[in-house]
Amino acid sequence: MNKNKKKDVFVQGPILPEFIGNAIAKHQSKTNIGAHDIFLGQVRADEIEGKKVAAIEYTAYETMADQKFYDIREAAFAKFNITCMHIYHSLGMVKTGQICLFVFVSSPRRKEVFKAKEYIVEEIKAKVPVFGKEIFEDASHQWKVNT
Amino acid sequence: MQLTIKYFGPLTDITGCREERFEFEKGKTVSELLIALHGKYPELAEQKFKVAHNRELAEGNTRVTSTEIGLLPPFAGG
Repeated sequence: MNKNKKKDVFVQGPILPEFIGNAIAKHQSKTNIGAHDIFLGQVRADEIEGKKVAAIEYTAYETMADQKFYDIREAAFAKFNITCMHIYHSLGMVKTGQICLFVFVSSPRRKEVFKAKEYIVEEIKAKVPVFGKEIFEDASHQWKVNT
Repeated sequence: MQLTIKYFGPLTDITGCREERFEFEKGKTVSELLIALHGKYPELAEQKFKVAHNRELAEGNTRVTSTEIGLLPPFAGG
């Protein structure tokens, strides 16, 4: 596998469960893998001042985000003994209950994937210029900030 | 030189656009650019954001040489 190739990360709209299932299926031929770890970010129906979030509309500084995803990927391969990793993040509208982030890490052994996945998710949240517009049920909005 | 300033998140609510051309003297600093932008959009003073110069976060004393500048409010990925 070419670890140094830039990958397409952004997906228009929600990441569908079928897509996640297919990603798992594609790895069944890689018999040097002994452990996968998956993180799924899901849009939560937060209630703020009596109004409920219905969806998040994601935008990004895409050229910079692509570079940051690449840097995170390179750093993860340098730090951990992982076989492969995939990151997918939504752009556009994602309704509550739908998946907006899919991080999929594989390794011969479980302890490496646990550490690598947490590292990758935290780096994405801290370093990748993605922005989220929380759309309420009454169509008003506020801008999400990672905590 | 002519810069392309890209605005994101809540900053687009203030500027009414996602990007615009902006005339700026090459070699002046990011801080000087921000003063000019605050002059055009006073409400930016109430916003928290970082500046990306050539797609990397830049300090105020960075000399502006790239023609692409991004104004980045707090990130919300994931």
